[in-house]
Amino acid sequence: MIQAIVFLPLLAAIVAGLGNRMIGNFAAKLVTTGALFVAMALSWPIFLGFLAGTETSQLHPVAEWISSGALQVEWALRVDALTAVMLVVVTSVSALVHLYSWGYMAEDDSQPRFFAYLSLFTFAMLMLVTADNLVQMFFGWEGVGLASYLLIGFWYHKPSANAAALKAFIVNRIGDFGFSLGIFATFLVFGTISIPAILAAAPGMAGATIGFLGMRVDTMTLICILLFIGACGKSAQLGLHTWLPDAMEGPTPVSALIHAATMVTAGVFMVCRLSPMFETSPTATAVVTIVGAATAIFAATVGTVQNDIKRVIAYSTCSQLGYMFFAAGVGAYGAAMFHLFTHAAFKALLFLGAGSVIHAMHHEQDMRFYGALRKEIPWTFWAMTIGTLAITGVGIVQVAGLPSLGFAGFFSKDAIIESAYASGRAFGGFAFFIGVLAALLTSFYSWRLVFLTFFGKARWAASEHVQHALHGDAHDHPDAEDAGHDTAPHEAMPETGTGGYHPHESPWTILVPLALLSLGAVLAGQLFHEAFIGAERAPHFWAGTVAFSEHLAHASHAVPLWVKLSASAAMLTGFLIAFSAYIRNPAFPAAFVGQFEILYRFLLNKWYFDELYDVLFVRPSLWLGRLLWKRGDEGTIDRFGPDGAAAAVFAGTRLAARVQTGYLYTYALVMLLGVAAAMTWVMAR
Amino acid sequence: MIGLGHYLAVGAILFVLGVFGIFLNRKNVIVILMAIELILLSVNINLVAFSAFLGDMVGQVFAMFVLTVAAAEAAIGLAILVIYFRGRGTIAVDDINQMKG
Repeated sequence: MIQAIVFLPLLAAIVAGLGNRMIGNFAAKLVTTGALFVAMALSWPIFLGFLAGTETSQLHPVAEWISSGALQVEWALRVDALTAVMLVVVTSVSALVHLYSWGYMAEDDSQPRFFAYLSLFTFAMLMLVTADNLVQMFFGWEGVGLASYLLIGFWYHKPSANAAALKAFIVNRIGDFGFSLGIFATFLVFGTISIPAILAAAPGMAGATIGFLGMRVDTMTLICILLFIGACGKSAQLGLHTWLPDAMEGPTPVSALIHAATMVTAGVFMVCRLSPMFETSPTATAVVTIVGAATAIFAATVGTVQNDIKRVIAYSTCSQLGYMFFAAGVGAYGAAMFHLFTHAAFKALLFLGAGSVIHAMHHEQDMRFYGALRKEIPWTFWAMTIGTLAITGVGIVQVAGLPSLGFAGFFSKDAIIESAYASGRAFGGFAFFIGVLAALLTSFYSWRLVFLTFFGKARWAASEHVQHALHGDAHDHPDAEDAGHDTAPHEAMPETGTGGYHPHESPWTILVPLALLSLGAVLAGQLFHEAFIGAERAPHFWAGTVAFSEHLAHASHAVPLWVKLSASAAMLTGFLIAFSAYIRNPAFPAAFVGQFEILYRFLLNKWYFDELYDVLFVRPSLWLGRLLWKRGDEGTIDRFGPDGAAAAVFAGTRLAARVQTGYLYTYALVMLLGVAAAMTWVMAR
Repeated sequence: MIGLGHYLAVGAILFVLGVFGIFLNRKNVIVILMAIELILLSVNINLVAFSAFLGDMVGQVFAMFVLTVAAAEAAIGLAILVIYFRGRGTIAVDDINQMKG
């Protein structure tokens, strides 16, 4: 069964990708979507089986891969509770995104290619989550990276999409370098790359030291931090996050599937999978906590000022990934996985909802040109609202015996914040404080998105895309997404008016995934929080696949009431700020920006990370590359190598040609000199 | 008494004259043919002188062969020259550089 789940998407990708000329658009879409729905239908029973306690961990060998000395690598599919969670997340979101793409990509010229890439991605992701050893995980890791690259650059005739695809690939290489070093170090230390064997041996290695770069360092700390660098790259953590916002150049379904729900959570999954290893090194978990918390607050601040609807959600994703990481860092692996699970539902919902808005607004992505869409696209509006309620964590805290009630994000985010408070680890308090602050910002930017898009007055008239649609001079060009409005004054709203344009609600292929994900965003927390993070059920559910701490679960349950209320209070504050700034007093944002111009610029330019990297890395490497090219390659190697040899031969032939005067006496002289020399040699010998 | 050295000296002078006749000659090809004749004659003088000096007739026999070859060479050379003149209209040495690379 697990073989079918993993390999059906691959089969579909091959059929749709290589055979699309033979079978046509419709069949290619049907094959891939069908395969994914079958995989989803097969995945849920496994997950529910683990929930009910009827399933046990299994290992399904597929084939031998590498057998070289001590290195034994096998293709094997591992099914346990952790994998089951990822299986349902990946297959469900992927199946819904496939269906959604029927509507969203309906006008695209190369749909089979798109669907083939999506299925290929799903296969790679499933290989990643079912990996039994680090090398197979790395295979899936690189596979999703490749699919991500292909899909970001799907509209390859757009230079910006190509640049974004390259950026994603290259930044991920840095993380992957750390990951591969981590795998090498693991093999060096443990002599195996089988995950169960490593996890069993890890506690025995605590405190050992190893030589690295001429220093003695703690073995487990080193390995964990190297692996964590890999996770940082894939999960867009602070420092290696710059590719994620640019990845929004890809089609919106891709953003929903890869850059929100699944691929970017691979880092969190990896840390959870290897959690017994991370638990052996307090330093490594502290690093995870700090990086996660820093990312959460950084991305949330940047998200508050972005104008592109997809970029807001992209930074939101980045921020939520930060939550997951600091949850893992403080030891609350259950909460981290739970947030991964709920986040997949509501973030995919938000992205697909944003895609529906973009679809309705004729590929206009700038929220400043939205407004008053509530009445025009009501289904999308309700889906986005549910998604926002879920991400901001709306719910009622458990009081006096009544069960708590709330949307998905309420359970997972509160669990993370409470765990951070209760963990008692280094930087736990710091993470708690940051978590609450980021919750406030999350609420603010999420509601800002909703208010700007669906409320207020219509501001469509000024949009170039809408103008195009009205005048029909460019029919449909999804490639025109994000054409840029750099000339528009920031935060000062454009003229109001509909310009005579009537947004149309999306087709059912788009609305059905939205409805199903809305269901997930409402119920995922309520239904599953006992199994994922409850002190009683969770240890049985996880059954040792993550280092679930019962003690921490109890402690986070017993935190003071103000801690439990802090996240909700932050959420409400954020909502009120957004409400007053964008509904009650729409002139306030512009006035605020006028007051704090520098802060606004700082945030709008994403803390100048791209500029900083440009100065620190891009320019020096360009300079170095140019130096090696001009001076090193052309100036030295070519000059004294091939070019030099060619020039010497040329000069020699020129000289030899000059001897060939054509005059008889010259030849005679040469002959005579030759004879004289020969004679001299004979006689002198 | 005229000894072997004198004969050899005359031969050497003739030889050098012939060689310089080839190299320094800028006039026409006939002079080159004559210079070659001079070189062959100097060789003949050497052969005959050594033959007399050593009392060995082989040298004189060789000289007769060389004379025959020289006569044939002069005939072929002049024939080529005539053909060449018909074709090019000149036999000036400085104009003959078609072998130039």
